[in-house]
Amino acid sequence: MAKREKNPHDKHHLTKRTVMEWLYGYVFLAPWIVGVSVFFIYAMVRSLMFSFHTVKFDQGIVMTPLAHLFDNYAQVFTLEINLPVVLSEFAISLVLQLPIIISFALIIALLLNSKIRCRSAFRMIFFLPVIIATGPVMDMLTAQGVASIPMVSEGALASILSGLPEFLSEPITDLFSSLILILWNAGIQILIFLAGLQKVPTAMYEAAKIDGASGWETFWKITLPNVKSLILLNSIYTVVTLATGGNNAIIQMIYDATNNAQKGYSYGAAFSWIYTLIICVILVIVFLLFREKSDKNVKYEETRGAVLERRKQAK
Amino acid sequence: MKLAIKHPSGATAAPAPRSNAQKKAARKEYWKKKFLGSADKRGLIMSFVIYTLLITIAFIYLYPVLYMVSRSLMGKNDLLDSAAKWIPSQIDTKNYTDSILIMDYWNSLYKNLVLALVPTICQVLVCSFVGYGFARYKFPGKMLWMGILVLSFLLPTQTTSLPNYLLFRSLKLADGSVKPFLITAILGQGFKSSLCILIFYNFHNQVPKSLIEAAEIDGAGHIKAYFRIAIPLSTAAIVVVALFSFVWYWNETYLVREYLGREAISNRDIGLTTLMIELNKFQTSYDAVANVRGTSAGSTSVNRMNEALKMAATVLAILPMMVLYFLLQKQFVESVDRAGITGE
Repeated sequence: MAKREKNPHDKHHLTKRTVMEWLYGYVFLAPWIVGVSVFFIYAMVRSLMFSFHTVKFDQGIVMTPLAHLFDNYAQVFTLEINLPVVLSEFAISLVLQLPIIISFALIIALLLNSKIRCRSAFRMIFFLPVIIATGPVMDMLTAQGVASIPMVSEGALASILSGLPEFLSEPITDLFSSLILILWNAGIQILIFLAGLQKVPTAMYEAAKIDGASGWETFWKITLPNVKSLILLNSIYTVVTLATGGNNAIIQMIYDATNNAQKGYSYGAAFSWIYTLIICVILVIVFLLFREKSDKNVKYEETRGAVLERRKQAK
Repeated sequence: MKLAIKHPSGATAAPAPRSNAQKKAARKEYWKKKFLGSADKRGLIMSFVIYTLLITIAFIYLYPVLYMVSRSLMGKNDLLDSAAKWIPSQIDTKNYTDSILIMDYWNSLYKNLVLALVPTICQVLVCSFVGYGFARYKFPGKMLWMGILVLSFLLPTQTTSLPNYLLFRSLKLADGSVKPFLITAILGQGFKSSLCILIFYNFHNQVPKSLIEAAEIDGAGHIKAYFRIAIPLSTAAIVVVALFSFVWYWNETYLVREYLGREAISNRDIGLTTLMIELNKFQTSYDAVANVRGTSAGSTSVNRMNEALKMAATVLAILPMMVLYFLLQKQFVESVDRAGITGE
């Protein structure tokens, strides 16, 4: 990246080469720009228009404006009685699942990165769900009750959970009853962590060993800081896959509403926009939680600078 | 140092005459090292913990697959018999033959292959092209386009899929053919195309720009430099994107339903189909087949709908991907390292 900034061409002198570079940049992007304009930007605008109109189909699409601009949106909140419940369930499951997926992926990646026998066989098993874990397959498996580990669902755990209040115990039992599905969602995250771990220079570990650092200290001081940016990447990836996957209850609701003759396209469009906004909010929260807090250091430097200044002045 | 090596029998070697207590202490030290490990070597306890964890997690991962396979081979009696939980008393392949019949398996498999392979090839070519453009060139508006690229990856496809479906329908493209898939892939808007473009962008960013520039100075044009130098350099990324695109196209159901159109989904004879969609409507297909068979007396009827039948259908649906995975597992597993998805 640093190299790219050092472009020798000055902006104010349009040489033939710069113009050619611009031109070829757009030549290479051309197919994508056409596609993104039609299938993303135009589709977004249309979907937004739909959500502010009533849409009817007789020989083409007829849009009639609504009495109030946000009627469709208001209707979503009144008609979808289950929405708050489903949304809060999704939020709770996200809060519970995200740390589990991330920490499990990190643990498995650490295990796979250590010196073990049959490493490639283990890798192969852990990556298997990425290939086969899809909506219909998952549906079939959950219907058979294979999603839970038989040992966990009964016995000690149930008795512990019965002591907790219901709003807490319910999501936790749900969590355990679908533990396999949750772990099946961690395939890509494991790979990303593994790739990151392999990039940590071995010299750092050797230096730490010479300094007498224990394995525990090495993990917290070297391994974790090195994969920290990947935690953010993995969290965003996890949120996106969980929120937009076919198994998601809200996605299913949107699909049903869109195909419902009474509710119609405009209603479905409004619904999907509401959901898009919710996902954006979640992503922003995740980003703020896991981003690398470099500004902390800056603040520290600033205050330190200010203190030094003051000392100088005092002298 | 050299001296010490020359005289190993010196102070470093263990002295021969030793008291019992000393021997005991040495032995104790030896076992302690063996169990708890030293700075260079893992102890037995740690190894035990690691392997137990690995095997447990591996079992958790494999459990559904094992369950599927064992269930799908069970006959009616085994399903009811609680003693036969894992190993069928008799291997019953009727579930498979029935599932093949119900899903019209070989035909659906062929259609699915067409539907996954053709757009995948286009997707790889176009995404490589666009990703290279993003990485190699600097032009006004680049940050804006980059932002749109990331946004189109993050936002759920549900907002855009509806207008896109209407667009395909008004253009008479949503007729169960491969056309909508092809058009979107060629325009860089296939399934997870933005992610593929980002992978190529990341990869080409790591390739030293001087290589390409040298070729351009030597008289190769921009397009020629891309085909002669950038493509051969990026084979690792091409393999990753091709494999993942194929898997994504194979496994997607939501967008496939939109692109194929409602008619083609409900009736597989109209156009293309995928095994996942066949699996999704397995119950309805079963009813249709069972009715036909039921009325024509004398013909061999299909088994009653049960979980073994469903599991057999699921195994059949994931089988092609499993075969691909076992053949190319090295490429799949090492792909993320080599394509440098993690960046920098």
